Amino acid sequence: MTKTPLLGMASADRRLIWLAASALAVLAILPAFGSALAVDKLTYLFILIMFATMWNLLAGYAGLVSVGQQAFVGLGGYAMVRMVDAGLPPFPAIFIAALCTGVVAWAMSWFVLRMKAGEFAIATWVIAEAIRAMVSFDPIIQGETGTSITALNAYAPEMRRLTIYLLALATTALMVWGSWKLLQGRTGAEAQAIRDDEEAAASVGISTFQVKQRIYILASIGCAVAGTLWLASAITFQPRTGFGVQWSVFMLFMVLVGGIGTFIGPILGALLFFALQEIFGDFGAWYLAGVGIVAILFALYLPRGIVGLWLDKGRDEPLTMRKRLGI
Amino acid sequence: MTTGKIALLLVDAVGRHGQLQAVKSLSLSIAENEVVALIGANGAGKTTLMRMLAGLHPLAEGRLALFGNDVTALPAHDRVKAGIVLSPEGRRLFGDMTVRENLMIAAENGRRGDWTVATACDAFPQIVPLLDRPAGGLSGGQRQAVAIARALVANPSVLLLDEVSLGLSPAAVDGVYQSLAALRGRMTMVVVEQDLTRAMSFAERLICMAEGVLELDGNPAVLTREEITNAYFGIHKTTGASHA
Repeated sequence: MTKTPLLGMASADRRLIWLAASALAVLAILPAFGSALAVDKLTYLFILIMFATMWNLLAGYAGLVSVGQQAFVGLGGYAMVRMVDAGLPPFPAIFIAALCTGVVAWAMSWFVLRMKAGEFAIATWVIAEAIRAMVSFDPIIQGETGTSITALNAYAPEMRRLTIYLLALATTALMVWGSWKLLQGRTGAEAQAIRDDEEAAASVGISTFQVKQRIYILASIGCAVAGTLWLASAITFQPRTGFGVQWSVFMLFMVLVGGIGTFIGPILGALLFFALQEIFGDFGAWYLAGVGIVAILFALYLPRGIVGLWLDKGRDEPLTMRKRLGI
Repeated sequence: MTTGKIALLLVDAVGRHGQLQAVKSLSLSIAENEVVALIGANGAGKTTLMRMLAGLHPLAEGRLALFGNDVTALPAHDRVKAGIVLSPEGRRLFGDMTVRENLMIAAENGRRGDWTVATACDAFPQIVPLLDRPAGGLSGGQRQAVAIARALVANPSVLLLDEVSLGLSPAAVDGVYQSLAALRGRMTMVVVEQDLTRAMSFAERLICMAEGVLELDGNPAVLTREEITNAYFGIHKTTGASHA
């Protein structure tokens, strides 16, 4: 396996990486100038990017179309509530809760990953609902009412906002970089083979289960971190929201609109989704109809998403994961 | 041709699709470096049997040994590492990858040995100009050549080829069989072939399946056409029973 040093890349890709690095630097110092509202909104955008990137790993690269990722968003939140209640400081709890969720994902993987595509999609959703119901029985959650992480109120609002913002920024950067590394490596090639033809992948000696399991667990931890960060900024945990299927719908929308199975597609999709929410969010139910129409239009006319615009012009996909096996 | 060692030993194997028994208590022994053609009508259980050998379809009963080692419980990817490699029906290349990537991923996951991307290209020179093309855009004959090369780079001791000539032009079939002939004596081959003439001329042993059982097993040079045709349709056994 060869490394791809920056110098060996297309110049457009190199520019993109520099652009991303500059954006990261600007975003890191932005809270010093930006309003509290802007910081909150950007935190939400980072969370969306994390969700989209994780779902793309699952569906775009491993062929695992899950509509049950909210199980990990909710479980992460629930674990965090429990840990803070047990006396753990809330900020470390964000990450420890997500890692615990990874253990649940590991346990679940043994049976959900043995299912075929359609069964997998439905089973993941059903399991998410089942976990939600169980979590609602926990007295601390108070059924549908939910609970608040009051320990977070011990911090000054400004300091809390800034900490969550920076944590979200760092985690997003880590996730995007990590999935880049993962996809560039052997796991990425094997996942792509599985997505193309799972049985043929097994026939050439790829342990399809292990590859899918690795990606499933990583994506679950990723969704859980995004969920706990969201909870830290929202403070209130309600099973209906934490385990809501809307999380998976958001992920699906962002990835499909951005370009499934491409590296920057989900990030573009998250930006578009964020913009749609900002511009049309005040229209209530009509906003949802608008999002639906956008999804339909993309499915009909741009099935490869925003990145497809590049590809249709015959240009190379930006930051493509192809050719990683080139010698 | 063969060394006398038993490469594959299948004992009382049963393969099910739900309630249906596609392979019914089948026993079979194949010697090292033997070249076997497996024939039979559609639905006879050939593909299920091949998938059972490759570990892609579970044995509901029975067991399978490779050179005396029980591999019944090994999943497909571990059987590849043990030396059983299937080139599946329909070629099934990784369409989004280039031909080279298709070969490399198999080379990385398979066994080490004489077969590499370079030596596979020597055996199948027709794929050299295709190496950097996406596998999804190849013709049927090209895909078959790549699929066999992909199986080879995993360094199989037992090569399973399902539906070698299905959907290929006669010229493409010739090309594929010429390359396969060069593998004779280097590995055990089990080939599913619909073209009876081709099967009889290529293989040193002909096995015919009908309705999940072995109807006929013999040397194609000795067997008569009539024997084979009868076995193919399972005529001698099922007098009176009609199959629509």
